[in-house]
Amino acid sequence: MIDKLQASFREEAGELLAELESALLELDCRHDDREALGRAFRALHTIKGSGAMFGFDELAAFAHHLETAFDRLRNGEAAATRELINLALASLDQIRVLLDSGGRSSSAEAERRAAIVAEIERLTGIQASAAPASPGSGAEMSFGRCGPARAWKIYFRPPADAFLNGTNPLLLLRELAGLGSMEVVLDTSAVPRLQDIDPERCYAAWQVILKTAAPREAIQDVFIFVEDGCELRIEAASGDSQENAPPAADAAPARNGRQMAGPAPSMRVAAEKVDQLVNLVGELVTVQARLGEISLRRGDPELQAVSEEIDRLTGELRENSMSIRMMPLRATFERFRRLVRDLGIELEKKADLTVEGAETELDKTVIDQLNDPLVHLIRNAMDHGIETPAERRASGKPERATILISAQHSGAQVLIRVRDDGRGLNAEAVRRRAVEQGLLDEAAQPSEAELFSLILAPGFSTAREITGVSGRGVGMDVVRRSVEALRGSIEIASRPGAGLTVTLRLPLTLAIIDGLLVRVGGGQFVLPLANSLECVELGRKDIDAAHGNHIAMVRGETIPYIRLREYFGIQADPPEREQIMVVETEEGNFGFVVDEVLGNHQTVIKNLGRMYRDVPTVSGATILGNGTVALILDPHRLVQHAIQSASRRRRDGSRAIRPEAAAGRETLQNGFQRKAERTDDTHKKQ
Amino acid sequence: MAKVILTADDSATVRQMVKFTLSDGGYTVIEAVDGQDALARLSPAVNLLITDLNMPNLDGIGLIRSVRSNPALKGMPIIMLTTESHDARKQEARAAGATGWIVKPFTTQQLLAVVKKVLG
Repeated sequence: MIDKLQASFREEAGELLAELESALLELDCRHDDREALGRAFRALHTIKGSGAMFGFDELAAFAHHLETAFDRLRNGEAAATRELINLALASLDQIRVLLDSGGRSSSAEAERRAAIVAEIERLTGIQASAAPASPGSGAEMSFGRCGPARAWKIYFRPPADAFLNGTNPLLLLRELAGLGSMEVVLDTSAVPRLQDIDPERCYAAWQVILKTAAPREAIQDVFIFVEDGCELRIEAASGDSQENAPPAADAAPARNGRQMAGPAPSMRVAAEKVDQLVNLVGELVTVQARLGEISLRRGDPELQAVSEEIDRLTGELRENSMSIRMMPLRATFERFRRLVRDLGIELEKKADLTVEGAETELDKTVIDQLNDPLVHLIRNAMDHGIETPAERRASGKPERATILISAQHSGAQVLIRVRDDGRGLNAEAVRRRAVEQGLLDEAAQPSEAELFSLILAPGFSTAREITGVSGRGVGMDVVRRSVEALRGSIEIASRPGAGLTVTLRLPLTLAIIDGLLVRVGGGQFVLPLANSLECVELGRKDIDAAHGNHIAMVRGETIPYIRLREYFGIQADPPEREQIMVVETEEGNFGFVVDEVLGNHQTVIKNLGRMYRDVPTVSGATILGNGTVALILDPHRLVQHAIQSASRRRRDGSRAIRPEAAAGRETLQNGFQRKAERTDDTHKKQ
Repeated sequence: MAKVILTADDSATVRQMVKFTLSDGGYTVIEAVDGQDALARLSPAVNLLITDLNMPNLDGIGLIRSVRSNPALKGMPIIMLTTESHDARKQEARAAGATGWIVKPFTTQQLLAVVKKVLG
């Protein structure tokens, strides 16, 4: 590298010398040409600075004298004369010699240079020849550790304008921490009252006890850029002589003190214990809901105060215990690199895995069950999606394929995508295969998304041949089942020749979520709060104004809505004013019309029984404070389902797609009625 | 995301050295040939400005003043490269709003250390 830089410097210096020469010649014509003077000075300055950096020390030293002289000219301390310009031109030739000889020259040349320097100094009135800046920097920071560790007491108050000057005091503290072990106590005594605070000023100061083997100068160097404006006291801490004894700070750590050296302590706990904790918190949340209900009914303010306090605490406890189970996806994702590499060798294909969003956190129980479906998806991409290097070349793609696996948050859900840039899905082939296997009616005209979703059906495979990797038709339905077991969903998008993207939509957690409790007729439902935007009233007039369309205007925006009453076939008269919950989905904002929004509800998710497992629009159930059950709705699926059934209606009663969803809906309606009946029974018993 | 550093220097060799060293250190480096060019390339996406003092068109001090008077670039750390170890020059740049400085000639280690100091 240094050779390359030296060559580059030589080239640049050549240009600079040409620039210097032309400036000097101009100056020769007009001795007071300040512009030419400035150009000459800058050229010399750059030659000196760069020369010293790339090993031309002699050249740099010589140029320094000339630069000093020109600085004096620039400042009007000396005048440019013909004699001086002659000398400058002679110096220029000397610099050229030094440059061409790679920095070495004969002693005769050196003597000549010394003579030039002496003459120039005489003409410009420079007293003694000042040495050029010695190598090394004002911000020299390399130093050896010397001597035994000592304790230092440092008080540091950065200048008030530190932030404006781009100084980050925390970085300085961190740098200080790098010298040894230290304790920091924040001094907030200068922080004014809130209304007087200028957020761009620095009011903080720190008292630091630093135990380090580095010398005092090293500590001072940390603050080198701010030492002019800041308040800085560095003194040896008491007990300095007892070198090996712990410093005072260690013996009596300050309350606000924080050990900056070493990572935060952590401990390993069996996953089982954490699961148990989360379960208990779930029970606690349920019991708290009952307590809240009772205290509300009793109307005893004292009881209510206690109940509210417990409600707040359980909320915090819940968040805390859930966060313990949250883990980044990195470990899971990184394991696939090896998989892609090994499969590449086996299948004689070239592919790289790119990982995005590996820091996304997800409930450990979800992550554990995610591995198998992701392995399937990557195997599928490698086997079916990605072409052989020869095929890829032929279709003008780079030989190395890319598989991208990414994760991102979306409300209370996580989207995990596996994308390849392979051959993609052939809609016609999928269609043929689906007809062959009796999954699709010959006359059906399904949309592309519906068609692609058929590859998730059991036994479906479009691979022309069965290979050792996949293609036995057990792939995608396994993925579907595992993802559905996690209450997730799968979307498939593809462009022929450009690749395939499979998106898994998974809940962040399987345990407890923040929900919004709503009532329709006698039934209660929970919508996930993370997706809910707002709730507005829907009066009779608004309904009439839409001429029978399920559309409402919310602050100028058209919001299509789904009436849960109609959707679930609830037989009860709607109230005069209903309410719309506006919910954010992938498809845009949608409304859900309910009788009443009851409020926030910490929702402990319970699995539905086998009977309701195939109902896609319901993601679970929860037990309310009064002991009744509320279904947890999946707004995303509800909207998708509504869109699908609307487009199916438009296609004039085409029964091509297996009416799975409709069947699910019937099950749900029956189930719901049965549940309602059961609830009635229990009420009667009470 | 790699941090973005803008190096303003009329010397291509110095720019090259800065770019090589800092790219190696994991930063993204943008080059500017003088103060005016630097101003055109500066945006809030730039995390650090390293500028020479003596440059044509707009010199380092002028560049620092322009940056400090632009609210969009508020608080941007600025390191100046200087050959002078004179206090006067340092004071002038410091008063203009420079965060820190490096005295030329410097080694790649020194450059990285200073960048780390102001950028973290």
